[in-house]
Amino acid sequence: MRNLRLIINREYLARVRNKTFIVMTFLSPLIFVGMIMLIAYLSMLNSTEQKIIGIHDESGLFAAEFKDGEQVLYLDYSDKDLAAARQEVLENEYFGLIHISEVSPILGKPEVEFFGKDTPGFGTIENIEKTISDKLTREQLIAKGIDVSEIDKARRNVSVEIQNFAGEHSSKMSNYIKMFFGGAAGYLLMMFIIIYGNMVMRSVIEEKTNRIIEIIVSSVKPFQLLLGKVLGTSLAGITQFTVWVILGTVLLFGISSFLGIDPTNVQTPASAAINGAAQPEINQLVVDILKLPYASLLSFFVVYFIGGYFLYSAIYAAIGAAVDSETDTQQFMFPIILPLILGIYVGFFSVVENPHGTVSTIFSIIPLTSPIVMLMRIPFGVPWWEIAISITLLIATNFTVLWLSAKIYRVGILMYGKKPTYKELYKWLKY
Amino acid sequence: MENLLVAENIYKRFGNFTALNNVSINIPKESIFGLLGPNGAGKTTLLRIINQITMPDEGKIYLDGKPLHPDDIAHIGYLPEERGLYKSMKVGEQALYLARLKGLSKAEAKERLEYWFKRLDIEAWWDKKIQELSKGMAQKVQFVITVLHRPKLLIFDEPFSGFDPVNANLIKDEILQLKDEGATILFSTHRMESVEELCDYIALIHKSKKLLDGKVSEIKKEYKSNTYEVGINAADEVTLLKELEDRFQTGPARFKSIQEDLKLSIKLKDHENSNDLIQFLLSRARINHFVEVIPSVNDIFIKTVTQDA
Repeated sequence: MRNLRLIINREYLARVRNKTFIVMTFLSPLIFVGMIMLIAYLSMLNSTEQKIIGIHDESGLFAAEFKDGEQVLYLDYSDKDLAAARQEVLENEYFGLIHISEVSPILGKPEVEFFGKDTPGFGTIENIEKTISDKLTREQLIAKGIDVSEIDKARRNVSVEIQNFAGEHSSKMSNYIKMFFGGAAGYLLMMFIIIYGNMVMRSVIEEKTNRIIEIIVSSVKPFQLLLGKVLGTSLAGITQFTVWVILGTVLLFGISSFLGIDPTNVQTPASAAINGAAQPEINQLVVDILKLPYASLLSFFVVYFIGGYFLYSAIYAAIGAAVDSETDTQQFMFPIILPLILGIYVGFFSVVENPHGTVSTIFSIIPLTSPIVMLMRIPFGVPWWEIAISITLLIATNFTVLWLSAKIYRVGILMYGKKPTYKELYKWLKY
Repeated sequence: MENLLVAENIYKRFGNFTALNNVSINIPKESIFGLLGPNGAGKTTLLRIINQITMPDEGKIYLDGKPLHPDDIAHIGYLPEERGLYKSMKVGEQALYLARLKGLSKAEAKERLEYWFKRLDIEAWWDKKIQELSKGMAQKVQFVITVLHRPKLLIFDEPFSGFDPVNANLIKDEILQLKDEGATILFSTHRMESVEELCDYIALIHKSKKLLDGKVSEIKKEYKSNTYEVGINAADEVTLLKELEDRFQTGPARFKSIQEDLKLSIKLKDHENSNDLIQFLLSRARINHFVEVIPSVNDIFIKTVTQDA
């Protein structure tokens, strides 16, 4: 125990005093906040920028249908001939010109062309198509003698009120919130594993290339060293993360109030949906957010975080022990990254769509993906026995992997100049 | 003499490769024991087993009469062949860390380090990083770390490899000093001159088997072939040579001499001794040089290894 503490202490100090580590600790929040600010600024710019689009409508039916908005201004060039209109749009550096051919309102389908310097965005094209086709539909309805205003009046908006069998109300928006919490937790874990797992691996390789490893293992057990390394590095990781969160928050609010940029301007599906929601829904949403089981969320976050991180760090350490330099690690990286990426994909596609579906359930029980997928599922409410199975399996796998890694580790750290293969690693397990 | 360390019938296999095949050694207290053998013979594996870095497949190790226990690492100091230090850590800090891993308290470790740093004249390096030191400097630091916790048993794997002659000599003196202070020293090497100078006992390992072990003086006695080197002057060398060849088994010899000598190596029969040869020569020639040929450890080493092949 005394030695373990010494090792943790050294590993922690070695990480924390590293120049790159210090620079990254203070630079990353700056870069991160800078990026957010840039995106927020650009989307603000984007929304204030007005496009000017010319319309050359030979039919005379549609020009009036294009309404000027905040982002688009339409100019009617129908009285000029097409070549002149094109010339003018080009000279004035307008965004583009829509050309609509002569058409019979009852029978036809006009030919519509768009001239522009750049290919217009998806939304712009869709808007043009919709405007023209709506107008055509209306014209046809009118021609058939149907009162269009009656149809408009007959439209009704319906909002589904969601309740569970216990009678608790929830907003459909709350799913976005749960998704946000779960997604953030899962993503955070993945980042943590990749960043600090790699750090564990590099520190093992460093000891090998420095040739100090044999001096150390003559004083402590390799397993102790492995454990101390993983713990020391994760403490350094937690320190760095804490600095990031504090510094990031301070910077984000500081700079945004200073520059007057609202970071919530950044458009995400969730914020878009919230912006479009009606007041009662928002009230419900607040209730839902407050109702999330934070205590259990937090405790499961800790359990899965530790479990997942340990599992992967042990594998990273074994890889570090097996190779001589970082360039040799490539062949072993793929099997580590794969389950992590898989977990994230399953999380963002399957869990969001159906949190308790077969795919989500299976992946939240398989140990290599369970920390990420289960963290994403938990806000949606997971039966206790599923969590129990998943955690038990995770712990069991942790022990197995730690044991296997320790075996590879204790052989690998004393092997020099051999480029290991999977076959070789398997042999080491039997030494 | 009582043994400090006894290794009994050690076997170690790596897959299909046998690294140690029934190797036993006894290291008497307060002696210097040399573990000899060509590269890849299994020396380092044996040292790692004694240090409990790897476990033997079969066999037992006793330290001070008791089976080796994990806590015994506190009584052993090990300087491995593949040795290095943390590049980016300061010398003093690093030495303290490694000393504390061996069980010393911080204050104790610091006090002893200060003593050793002064003794080896390296006090000025305390706050330097290893990457600023030369290789020889780093080796001094490693040596200090190995002996700092005053272990009963000191194990050096190829201690002189990579040392410049000045430092090699310094370390050799320190090793002898440590022996005088009561430590037992086991070292592996394939450099024979250091064995001649230092070792009381040796064991020779070749292709994972122990071929030979024992006290250096006894082994030499066993390997000497009753051969003498002589340098003589005689009036009639041709006749003398003829007489000698009839009486003994002779051959040419090479040694430095300021006389214009007839240089010969003469092998006596088993029942004869040096007096027989001297008596024979006295009446016939003037003896300028007379020395018994004692095989060097190097000769024994080469002889044993090639015999075995």
